Amino acid sequence: MIVRRTDLPLNRDALGRFLPWLIAFMVYLAVMALAGMLLLNQLAGRWDQGIGSTVTVQIPAAADKQQDARHMQAALKVLKDIPQVLFAEAIPESQIATLLEPWLGAIGGSGDLPLPQLIDIELKEGATLDEEAVHRKLSSIVPGVTVDSHGLWLERMVRLIRTVEILSIAVLALIALATVGTVIFTTRTGLAIHQDVIEVLHLIGARDSYVARQFATRALFLGLRGGLIGLFLALPTLWGIGFLVQSLDSSLLPDVSLQPMQWLMLAVVPAAAALIAMLTARITVVRSLAGMI
Amino acid sequence: MKKDSKAPVVRFENVGLRYGLGPEVLQDVSFSLTPGSFHFLVGPSGAGKSSLLKLMYLAHKPSRGLINLFDRDIATTPRRDLPALRRQVGVVFQEFRLLKHLSAFDNVALPLRVAGARRDEIDKHVVELLSWVGLKDHLHARPPTLSGGQQQRVAIARAVIAQPKLLLADEPTGNVDDRMAMRLVHLFEELNRLGTTVVIATHNEALVSRLGHPCLQLDQGRLLIRESVAATGPARQLKNALDAAAKGGGKQPAGPTA
Ligand SMILES: Nc1ncnc2c1ncn2[C@@H]1O[C@H](COP(=O)(O)OP(=O)(O)O)[C@@H](O)[C@H]1O
Ligand SMILES: [Mg+2]
Repeated sequence: MIVRRTDLPLNRDALGRFLPWLIAFMVYLAVMALAGMLLLNQLAGRWDQGIGSTVTVQIPAAADKQQDARHMQAALKVLKDIPQVLFAEAIPESQIATLLEPWLGAIGGSGDLPLPQLIDIELKEGATLDEEAVHRKLSSIVPGVTVDSHGLWLERMVRLIRTVEILSIAVLALIALATVGTVIFTTRTGLAIHQDVIEVLHLIGARDSYVARQFATRALFLGLRGGLIGLFLALPTLWGIGFLVQSLDSSLLPDVSLQPMQWLMLAVVPAAAALIAMLTARITVVRSLAGMI
Repeated sequence: MKKDSKAPVVRFENVGLRYGLGPEVLQDVSFSLTPGSFHFLVGPSGAGKSSLLKLMYLAHKPSRGLINLFDRDIATTPRRDLPALRRQVGVVFQEFRLLKHLSAFDNVALPLRVAGARRDEIDKHVVELLSWVGLKDHLHARPPTLSGGQQQRVAIARAVIAQPKLLLADEPTGNVDDRMAMRLVHLFEELNRLGTTVVIATHNEALVSRLGHPCLQLDQGRLLIRESVAATGPARQLKNALDAAAKGGGKQPAGPTA
């Protein structure tokens, strides 16, 4: 049961004004850390799916176009015969030119410059490809061919992201610890300030839990108030960052954004902070009072 | 747990109390209070009256000796059982110790609230009692806005609201005039008649001698028990008559008594 009326003049002490702002700060940091973590998680998840499912084969430009076409035909035939391959198709020359544009300038289809040919391969779900074997098979027909499954690079990226995620969890844990410490400190100070009233309550026959409930209830409401302040400061920051990211060249950054479920998780942070504050206050009071007569 | 209903409400055996490393402010205190008794606790200032009451309302533990409250040994009673014992003891503290930020109503309601009484019951009883002590118009006043006498009545109402078996009052007549003091003591006598065991600490000897109640007398931390010293009204006349009879009966003093 929640008692709003308190026998202790808890709402009047300076601590009541100090705690919400500290919790607001903690919640602000926690929301930012959590948002970062959720975005990275999404990104890693997407790349995780990508690993192993796409492979690119590069065929160096030959002496003439006919040779190029022959190479392409032979390579496609070999690749399509591999059971794990879902489809394999040549990337059109115009698209390759576009891909190279940033480095080579507009060369669109002039045909002057010998361009390598690329084959995009999509593997069947869950299938893996033995890069070495494919490379051996192809190079006997097409000299200088390379097979790149992006796997290594993506794997490294994903590993990096997972590490950052673990760091974010550690940051969240530290923030929670700092909140606990703050609440313990303010509760102890409150106990000292209201010692006289607490003694009267005891002598009248109040149990420790009765006194603890008053501190816990107050911590819950102060925590909730501070938490909401923190959340409402964090949201504009997140939107601001999102806006900045969008205004950058979006092609350079993967397109990830928070999903409704993830926004909900952020909204839960103030409630979690309030709950931590409440439990901490309760435990602190019960443990401190256990020493009294 | 079956308890003897005739067992003393309070029993002290060789109790000693010291604050910190200081001297013993109570030494070898032994007494017991039978259910329904009424005692004054007298002695000069600093004699240890408040300290003795504190031991009885479990604000302190004795440095030595045995204290039984409602037939339970305090030393072996676990902490979690103390609130239940304290709820049977009503206390009027020396400085009242009302909660300043709460209204008169909430102060008086406190013992019922901590005991988990129902809200409608609390409302009914508190209003009734505050009306009875003449504070019907001050239900929502905070203690600092009340006069000394009014605060005292709030304190007394808080002490008796939960119908305690033992009522302890520390100098409840300390800062009121004699007429008010008498009225308060009559209130305590009223409660005593309903079965409450009462102990009133006072250094108002005049008050004590006007009422016929036994005294626990403290002097420098040591306790003497004086049986009923004097009485007012018919009892006083009877005593005078007995005294006169004793004089007439032979053992006459040599000169006129001063
Ligand atoms: N909390 C305390 N700490 C130390 N000494 C105390 C404390 N309370 C009372 N004393 C000492 O104990 C003695 C008895 O005090 P008290 O019980 O208040 O006497 P009374 O109520 O009869 O005036 C006094 O010498 C007083 O100074
Ligand atoms: Mg005293």
